[in-house]
Order: sequence, then structure tokens, then C-alpha cells
Amino acid sequence: MELIKDGKRIDGRAPDELRPIKIEAGPLYRADGSCYLEWGGNKIMAAVYGPKEAIPRHIQDSTKAVINARYNMASFSVEDRKRPGPDRRSQEISKITAEALENVILTEMFPRAVIDVNIEVLDADAGTRCAGITAAAVALADAGIPMRDIPVACAAGKVDGVVVLDLLGDEDKKGDADLPVAIAPRSEEILLLQMDGHMTVEEFDEALELALKGCREISKLQKEALLKKYKTFEEE
Amino acid sequence: MGISSVKKDYLYRLAKEGKRPDGRAFNEYRPIKIERGVINMAEGSAKVSIGHTTVLAGIKMDIGEPYPDTPEEGAMSTAVELIPLASPDFESGPPRADAIELSRVVDRGIRESKFIQLEKLCIEPGEKVWIVFIDIHVLDYDGNLFDACSLAASAALMNAKIPNERFEMGEDVPMPLSDPPVSCTFVKYNGAIVVDPSLDEDEAAEARHTIAVDKKGDIRAMQKGLSGSFTVEEIKNNINNARIISKDIRKILEG
Repeated sequence: MELIKDGKRIDGRAPDELRPIKIEAGPLYRADGSCYLEWGGNKIMAAVYGPKEAIPRHIQDSTKAVINARYNMASFSVEDRKRPGPDRRSQEISKITAEALENVILTEMFPRAVIDVNIEVLDADAGTRCAGITAAAVALADAGIPMRDIPVACAAGKVDGVVVLDLLGDEDKKGDADLPVAIAPRSEEILLLQMDGHMTVEEFDEALELALKGCREISKLQKEALLKKYKTFEEE
Repeated sequence: MGISSVKKDYLYRLAKEGKRPDGRAFNEYRPIKIERGVINMAEGSAKVSIGHTTVLAGIKMDIGEPYPDTPEEGAMSTAVELIPLASPDFESGPPRADAIELSRVVDRGIRESKFIQLEKLCIEPGEKVWIVFIDIHVLDYDGNLFDACSLAASAALMNAKIPNERFEMGEDVPMPLSDPPVSCTFVKYNGAIVVDPSLDEDEAAEARHTIAVDKKGDIRAMQKGLSGSFTVEEIKNNINNARIISKDIRKILEG
């Protein structure tokens, strides 16, 4: 299967083009903050609860809040039904997501507290960890959690020898490399970085630059979604 | 976490005056919204809201061996996930007794009304049949999960196609179905019995009664839950009310 034909990808995108992204801040009633995100074929719901007292007490940190992120895929979000509950992959993603978010949250403001960040993948088409972090960041902002920046994530990769932005499912499966990146957009510090596949150092430089470009575009959409919700409040 | 005693007193006082905290009549259901086909990867799906409660059901199918006692029938399995996203009181980890009861009550309504025509899901008798997985994700918990999950499961099944193409068995065809069950749940607190409990009412409830009614108005499954009790008269009343209320819900489900 040809992944790139006449400079176009299987869904007609140019190599440096993102899939369509739709972000809604605060769709959930019970959560302290929430976000619904559609990104290509991905559908993600994120909800934040807290800061609240960390229980059991042995998980408390007397100097700062603990960030408890939970990335979970719905059984029906993938082609072959996934058994419910955390597998090793989702536990790893939960861990690196919590670490990336912890970097920007002013955790020292809430000693002995926990902030729960729940990310549910409802429909999956590659790039769910980036979509999850992007949605979680909006949910955190919606919950009013103090942060020094609103993190954002996006992947770049390589298919048919071409460096491309934001891989979709078939590109991820049949492509040569995948590079998910999360940043704090104001300083462009890297909060998360993973890579699998095969890239030359030059290709990596190019892919990282593309991923940063993607992050910058998505960062705008995150802020628009938050403004959309809170602007209506202001007008009311 | 449970309900505070102040709130409970408030609910009790309102109930005595024949009122509910959100202003509904005892027999009044909250608005229902159904969105179908919302998940690309699923064979069928539906997002259902009852008031602020929102649940998402997805259908996946696989080929497997039939149960030995039903060699010519497909199989079904229902699982409700009370994920921590939906409520500060839900915890991650293996399903607890309340999630299991919920799954089994939803399953029973569908199974006993023979909503899925399992005999049409046989591929090779005794060897290969379709297995239907009904997975229900609660997204926002504001009371009455029994009805919300049951409604989402039925709507998702009505939206589902057998994925023949993916298994190289020809074209996708609609799921073989008969008429859906409609579930109607009542709770009792301080002597009042209300339909479609909100979160506060769910938490104040002493007893719960769920009734799955078929298109004819016959009963296909029931569950009495929690430690309180109903009189025989109350049970009969609930059934009568369920038969009336379920007609309106059925219109939304079939519409």
C-alpha cells in the first residue's frame, strides 16, 4: 500500500498538515473541569477532579499535590475489542502523561492534595496519547487548576521515507517512525517525547520541527475553546 | 460518598409536600437525548443522556465458540464501566458489586426480551457463532444509571451492523433484532416513590425497583435493589406506571 502518492497522503493531506481538530471545554456536568476533543478519527473525553485530599494518606506529599492521571481506552474504541481495564501500554501512557502535566501545574500550592486527571479514549485512530494530553490540559484549565502554561501535544513521523505531521492509523501501522511530543508552548520546553521506528538525525530534526509546528497550531485551538466557554459566561 | 443528612432532610421534607428537588412530579421523567453512530470503530454505538446523566454504549462483535447448551445460538455479554471520569465517587480498578449488578440488570432486560435474535447469529452449529459485546461507558453520573445504560445498550444495538466484511464473510448486514425492552426505574425514600431518580434521589434511596417492559406492555425483567422494602401494592403501582412511562421512552428509542 502506497502511503504517499503525488505528494498527498492517504486522506489527501499534505505532509505538514494536521487532521481536523474540534475542542469543546467543559461538556461534563459532574467533573470540576472537562474537555471533549475530536482529532481526525480520535474521540477523547477528559475530566479533572480536585485538588482534593489525597486518600489513602500514604500517597500524600507534604510539599505538593500529587497528579494522578489515568489514560483508558474504551473496549469499543479499537477494531478488535479491547478487554476492559488497564494494560501495560495504558499504564505507561498514564505515567508519562502525569509527569508531563505535573511539570506545568503549580503543585506546591496544594500540599497533601491529589488532582485526578481522567482521559477516556472513546474512538481511536492513532495519536491518542497526544490527543489525551491536549484534552487533559484544557480540562485542567477548565477546572481552574493553576498552571504556568497550557500543555499541548502532537506527533510527527515518517511514512514512505517522507517526514509527516500527525500520523493517522494506517500511517502509524505501516509507517517507518512515530514521534509523539508534548510541550509547554510559551517556552517550547519538551514535556514528553517518545519515538519508535527508524529516523536519521536529520529526519529527527525535521520531524521535531514539524511536531512543534503542529503543537503551536493546536495550542491556538485549545485557547479558543476555553475562551468560547468563558466568554459566554462573561456576556451573560 | 453518600448524601449529607441536611440534604436528606431537605429531600424528605419536599417529598412530604409531593415535590422533588428539581421540581418534577413523582411520575415525571427527565428529558432524554439519543445520538446514534457516534463511534467509528464500533459496530454500533449510541450516546444517551437522561438529564445530566450521560452514558455511551458501543457494540463490538467477534467470532467464537457457542455455549455447549446453545450450540446453534450466538452469545452476548454486557459490561458497564463506572469509570472515575464520570463521578468523584467512582474508583478505578476491577468492577465492584454495584457495577456488576447494573451490568446484569441491563443484560437481563435485553436477554429476556429476546431483543437480539441470537439464533440468527450462528455461523456453524456447535463450532462458530457471533459473540456480541455490549460495553457501556458512563461519562457523567447524575442519577438513574439503570435506565440510561439500558437505553444506550438498546439504541447501540439498533445502530449495529454485523461486521462480515472485516471477517471476509461478505457484506455487513444489520443486527437481527426484535422489539427492544424499555427499562423504567423507581426509587423510594421517606415513603415517596419517584421515577428516574436524580443523583440526590439515588443517594437518598432506601429501595430501588427496575422494570423492563416489552412493546406489548408485558414484563420481561425486574430487579429490586437496596435494603429498603416495597409493599405489594407499591410494586404493582410501579409496574403500572412503568407500562405508561415506557411508551413515551419507546417512541424516542424507536424514533
